[in-house]
Amino acid sequence: MEFLVCISKAPDTTTRIAFTEGDTRFSEEGVQFIVNPYDEWYALVRALELVEAGGGKVVIVSVGGPDCDPILRKALAIGAHEAVRIDANPTDAGQVAAEIAAYAKDKGFDAILCGKETIDHNGSAVPAMLAEHLDVPCIALCTSLDYEGDKAILNRETAKGIEKVAVSGPFVLSAAKGMAEQRIPNMRGIMAARTKPLNLVPAAGSAAGTTVEKFALPAAKAGVKLVDADNPTELVHLLREEAKVI
Amino acid sequence: MNIALIQTKGGHASKASLEAAGFAVGIGETVAVVSGELQGDGGLGAVGVSRVLQGPADLDDAQLAKLVSAAAQQENANLVVCAQDDLGKAVAGRVAVRLNAGLIAGVTAAPQGGSYTRNVFSGKATAQVKGNTENLVVTTIPNAIGMPEAQGGTAAVETFSTDLGSSRVEILEAAQPSDGDRAPLPEAELVVSAGRGLKGPENWGIIEDLADSIGATTACSRPVSDIGWRPHHEHVGQTGTAIRPNLYIAVGISGAIQHLAGVNGSKVIVVINKDPEAPFFKAADYGIVGDAFDVVPKLTEAFKAL
Repeated sequence: MEFLVCISKAPDTTTRIAFTEGDTRFSEEGVQFIVNPYDEWYALVRALELVEAGGGKVVIVSVGGPDCDPILRKALAIGAHEAVRIDANPTDAGQVAAEIAAYAKDKGFDAILCGKETIDHNGSAVPAMLAEHLDVPCIALCTSLDYEGDKAILNRETAKGIEKVAVSGPFVLSAAKGMAEQRIPNMRGIMAARTKPLNLVPAAGSAAGTTVEKFALPAAKAGVKLVDADNPTELVHLLREEAKVI
Repeated sequence: MNIALIQTKGGHASKASLEAAGFAVGIGETVAVVSGELQGDGGLGAVGVSRVLQGPADLDDAQLAKLVSAAAQQENANLVVCAQDDLGKAVAGRVAVRLNAGLIAGVTAAPQGGSYTRNVFSGKATAQVKGNTENLVVTTIPNAIGMPEAQGGTAAVETFSTDLGSSRVEILEAAQPSDGDRAPLPEAELVVSAGRGLKGPENWGIIEDLADSIGATTACSRPVSDIGWRPHHEHVGQTGTAIRPNLYIAVGISGAIQHLAGVNGSKVIVVINKDPEAPFFKAADYGIVGDAFDVVPKLTEAFKAL
């Protein structure tokens, strides 16, 4: 099996968000960047587990500048076999999906795994767009991936509960919690990652379908109103009369 | 003209889909597209939808995208709206590619002058976004826009299809709702959540009772789902499910920044924690400093007395 895992650079989960240039750009000052958790913990680790059990290769791909190389090395240290960086400044999901599709279309991957969303853009948009470009099924919000022969067996989250499906032939999935457990890279992996291939691929020149005009932070809370622990009836009263939520 | 892609449950449009339809109606005349069974007009006329195009049942994501795109072409629509639910996450992107449209995902408010407000940085910020394309696909976050006002109309239902091709996706086991009558977390208006302060999975009875007393959905913090006290699908926060209920009651959760990111879209937050220094109190509207095992049963009784 050969898997392609899409990797996105994202600000660490503890980052306090700030903007610059008239609130039009995310301020990267002092920000630690990580592999987007859904891409790393679930998509990448599950692909590695399947290859460890049945043979094959895991290729990782990211769209970005040289600032993406450290996170690609991190994913190589976790166990991916080779990395590809598509040399373009990522601006929106449509552009990123088109760039990855242009790279992947004639590579014959058995499956393409993405995280269910990135923790900075939260669009959950790339997997379905990628699948449409490649004319393959998109199985969204997967909590498991296994193979019975050539057939992929997946559980996915739906509004009605967990659904079990089978797919024959190549497909794209988006990975949710439950698919795998986070792995911490060891020293051997980190050393090995230094010499694994990190290939630079020129951009296809895909255009963005959207433009961010301005960012904003949510309004600060007015402050907590404390209720005495012996008087929860007061809380019920406030929720009904003041907040009007019950 | 706008198209709204609707997900149905038992023949009725889901709450998230009705919100999406109402959002589209607020922008302009809207035709709904559904796949499969429908009771009457599925409740869509009441939120202002003019007509409903009813496609075949049991379509996969690629077929559904073909159906919606064909509907958009037939109706000369340049805006397609869908809820940011499981369907939106599998289909909206495909429709955008088919229609050569920009995709604005996770919208939280009605647009102003063609500019849409969307959720970014896991709820830590919002962005104003514009489409660069003639056609646009927009997905709306459940429970963010609010239910549209009932307008009391009825929408005509027409059978609709196009060349949908065959599917490579086979359903082996249909979804079995795990939580009985409780609303799914992303759509829930009331959520009761608990963390490590509960000390063990055997103590969740008081949380279930509190949730039942107001018809809320239960949730939990990440550590609790990681150590297996509660199922993964209950985990709310930056790396679990992001929610925005009207009321979020957090019991024994300290309020790490990753947890806040997934819940700070809640309209009202109540925090119950025995540690007065818990960071969650800073993000709360109401708080009780006290022992969960003492406070929660009393609060349940107070709700039941309503």
